[in-house]
Amino acid sequence: MGMGSDMYRQQILDHYKNPRNYGELEDATFSHVGENPMCGDEIEMHVKLDDDEEEIEFVSFTGDGCAISQASASMLSEKLQGTTLDELEAMDRDDVIDMLGVDISPMRVKCAVLAEKVAQDGADIYKGELDVEKTKTEE
Amino acid sequence: MGTHESELLDVETLREDFPILQREFNGEQVVYLDNAATTQTPDPVVDTIADYYRNTNANVHRGIHQLSQEASIAYEEAHDRLAEFVGASGGREEIVFTKNTTESENLVAYAWGLAELGPGDEVVLTEMEHHASLVTWQQIAKKAGADVRYIPVTEDGRLDMHEARDVIGPDTAMVSVVHVSNTLGTVNPVAELADLAHDEDALIFVDGAQAVPNRPVDVEAIDADFYAFSGHKMAGPTGIGVLYGKQHLLEEMDPFLYGGEMIRKVTQEDAQWNDLPWKFEAGTPVIAQGIALAAAADYLDDIGLENVQRHEEALANYAMERFAEFDDIETYGPPAGEERGGLVAFNVESVHAHDLSSILNDHAVAIRAGDHCTQPLHDVLGITASARASFYVYNTRAEIDKLVAAIDDARQLFA
Repeated sequence: MGMGSDMYRQQILDHYKNPRNYGELEDATFSHVGENPMCGDEIEMHVKLDDDEEEIEFVSFTGDGCAISQASASMLSEKLQGTTLDELEAMDRDDVIDMLGVDISPMRVKCAVLAEKVAQDGADIYKGELDVEKTKTEE
Repeated sequence: MGTHESELLDVETLREDFPILQREFNGEQVVYLDNAATTQTPDPVVDTIADYYRNTNANVHRGIHQLSQEASIAYEEAHDRLAEFVGASGGREEIVFTKNTTESENLVAYAWGLAELGPGDEVVLTEMEHHASLVTWQQIAKKAGADVRYIPVTEDGRLDMHEARDVIGPDTAMVSVVHVSNTLGTVNPVAELADLAHDEDALIFVDGAQAVPNRPVDVEAIDADFYAFSGHKMAGPTGIGVLYGKQHLLEEMDPFLYGGEMIRKVTQEDAQWNDLPWKFEAGTPVIAQGIALAAAADYLDDIGLENVQRHEEALANYAMERFAEFDDIETYGPPAGEERGGLVAFNVESVHAHDLSSILNDHAVAIRAGDHCTQPLHDVLGITASARASFYVYNTRAEIDKLVAAIDDARQLFA
């Protein structure tokens, strides 16, 4: 049996085993939590904006779940630093899959996009455009 | 194969009836271990469906023409066959064809529950109920103003029968229990629970979705008031489930769904209901599926349900033994060597169940990962998800060895 799977390339496993920017963020501008009810994946994204409240200065995350959801949160926390809220809002599923750099099987897409949806919903709530307590990924 | 299962079943020959088992992914032959979700369909059952559509297809109970007569007779006799299969001496009048076990639950919950339940009444469930039973009764109880109580699960994955005697009491109107747990594999003492229910003048509904496919079931020996199961988990087609109900109960109940087929006489003001079981089969029913399910019953009886049961229990215990070789695998339900249905739910310490399932898929090993529609049970177990390997007549020890080897691969990847 060969080791490994297309979905679990080194980069994914590395981010899962050594998550970047993992932990609470004391001076976060906003934090938001979401879950994938079917899997039990849970991720909270903590975002600190610059003084103009447009550019993302720093992102951290907490939570646990499968390797795909956690690696995605770790990679997203790096990617979002220095981007704007508008750029975050403009991200879609394909951007997340590009970021992960692997083929995500259809049943696992909701694991992959959880962190992105949580960050986007968090931004919308912060701007007063959305009112939910917890983001839940749907099929 | 030179292994123990050949003493019970001629697995090699049986596998010839399931060409899907020859499929390969990434150059590896599929190892199908997701039978608690759905079983594969043997050629004789597939042939029955094809033959029906090729030669007999017509709507039932309305055409005077030859095809309709043939279809009607075959469809009615399928009810008799399923009645015989689960020991319902009342025959077709006690066997309603539904869409699946879930619809069978809903039929009784709506038709009996909404009419009979009220404030002060209690519906007793177990912590290991499938959502089909749990959510249905939970919601119907809410509508009716009734309460729901749960029989707890013990550390070793059994129903706490001591607690059951307390939970089932004078206010209990319905006890809905799973016969074989789809997550723990536990075989519950349903006849004993039926006695407890009847002592309190309550009814008992047994969810047999994981029992009828793999062991002899006699609804009258259990003394179940209602008993439900699905076709696609017992070598039959999807789209059909069965509800057994004691005849006098089904007679007293109002219909669940309204429309054609279920009526005898209709005026602008009112309608009279058809005889059992047609009163509960509104609209054009599951004709091809019903006839094919009777063929599945024939197929399983040819093998012998006692043999199926012993084969599955042997495979489940072999899987438990193999898993016990590894300190990082946690299994759920009764310990190895004890009675269980043909399934094992488990977790590998360092690998999330969904990652495990994805990696096993790369080795063409098909298992289920998730909550198996038993979220409250997973809460009791303190986990969010688990992996589950489940077996059927065509599975072998060699396939379990492949599963264990693939788990080892996942373990190394995540080490």
